Amino acid sequence: MAHLDISGLEVRYGTVPVLSGIDLAVERGELVGLVGPSGSGKSTLLRALVGLVPPAAGRVVLEGKDVDYASKASLRGLRDHAAIVFQQYNLFQNMSVLDNITVTPVKVRGRPKAEAEAEARALLARVGLAGKERAYPDQLSGGQQQRVAIARALALKPALILLDEVTAALDPELVRDVLDVIKDLAGEGITMLLVSHEMGFIREAAHRVVMMDAGRVVEVGPPSQIFDAPTEERTRAFMSKIIRH
Amino acid sequence: MIDHMSALFTLGNMQFLLRGAGMTLLLTMIGCTAGLFGGFLLAYARGSKGTLTAPLRWGATAFVEIFRRIPFLVTLFLVLYTAQMIVPRAPLFWVAVVSICLLCSAYMAEIVRSGMESVPAPQIEAAEVMNFSRWRITWMIVLPQAWKVILPSAVSYMVMFVKDTALASQAGVFELMFAGKALANRGLDPFLVFATVLFAYFVISWPLARFGRWLEAQLARRTHEGDRR
Repeated sequence: MAHLDISGLEVRYGTVPVLSGIDLAVERGELVGLVGPSGSGKSTLLRALVGLVPPAAGRVVLEGKDVDYASKASLRGLRDHAAIVFQQYNLFQNMSVLDNITVTPVKVRGRPKAEAEAEARALLARVGLAGKERAYPDQLSGGQQQRVAIARALALKPALILLDEVTAALDPELVRDVLDVIKDLAGEGITMLLVSHEMGFIREAAHRVVMMDAGRVVEVGPPSQIFDAPTEERTRAFMSKIIRH
Repeated sequence: MIDHMSALFTLGNMQFLLRGAGMTLLLTMIGCTAGLFGGFLLAYARGSKGTLTAPLRWGATAFVEIFRRIPFLVTLFLVLYTAQMIVPRAPLFWVAVVSICLLCSAYMAEIVRSGMESVPAPQIEAAEVMNFSRWRITWMIVLPQAWKVILPSAVSYMVMFVKDTALASQAGVFELMFAGKALANRGLDPFLVFATVLFAYFVISWPLARFGRWLEAQLARRTHEGDRR
């Protein structure tokens, strides 16, 4: 069985369907890029997976466990294994970088503080931010903040990381640093779903690409297929627009 | 005129007015302190999710909407007559305190709520996904950021509220306005008496207003506690 198995997932805002019948199986350690026009439901899919938007129907299985989004216990269990990083405002502005990373391991999971801090320092070094432990989010650039957010997600030792347009709010020259961190994580056994408009990055780093439109999965395939030889007309139209601009 | 003045400005009369002013200040302080706590509880209850807490949510919403909309004088008489039904000789001071707490809580609830809503939603969602409880999110993430928005608004509400306490005199509560009326009834020149009362209100509220503006400037300048730690 796949590491993450989504079948028939539906989300509605009131009576308006936002996701209809999403089927997607993701293997362990796979980096899957989600592409498609704005409003196609890519972000909603990520938000639904962690229960920020309650699914109306469908089944989600992570690590062989069925997730019941109506059950608090089940949702807690899921969230112990999944992390999400948003476009911006991820970090708690009232906490230092170190506290941002250690607050959940220490306060929510009850791990020893010294141990969590040592791990946090190692993670910060890994995302190229050693020495920034005492800084506050507003003293960092947007790119640095996003790298802290990724370090914070990693501190949870998640099996699944969802990245929702994490570079969309950044100045162009800061995007690369964040993408490098993500690329570095791929192939470490962490399953990743990445919503992004950085087509060049997705083509280079993703194992598979999912093309979405109007709340449905249009096409799934390796980057070479989706970008160069799409089988679906909708994908072709989308790609031609992207390339032209 | 001079006669009127010397009749009013005696040590006894001034002490009388000062006691009234002290009571006005006390009522304001009690109202705003209790209001801040009550307002927080109301805002917290209103922000709850889930079906189990729905009655709490509706109750808090109804409380805030009602007490913000009816005139303070009506609240005051409502409390007065309710109190008199239960305790025949209910002390007027406590009637005033209860009314003021009801009013302040309702107003502060909105101030606290808008302060809490000023914290960007992704921070709260991030905490939710990291399995923070709602209380922990409020206590560790929302309030430490929201109080900078709440405090200046709370102080400016307090400045306005100083004036509202004058209505308590209508229920016979002894405070600054009541003291003024009592002196005027004793045959002292009403113009002079109320001019003095006006001056006293100004002396109470002006420093408070200045303090509010100073606080706002300080909080805007200081982005987080970390700089001074």
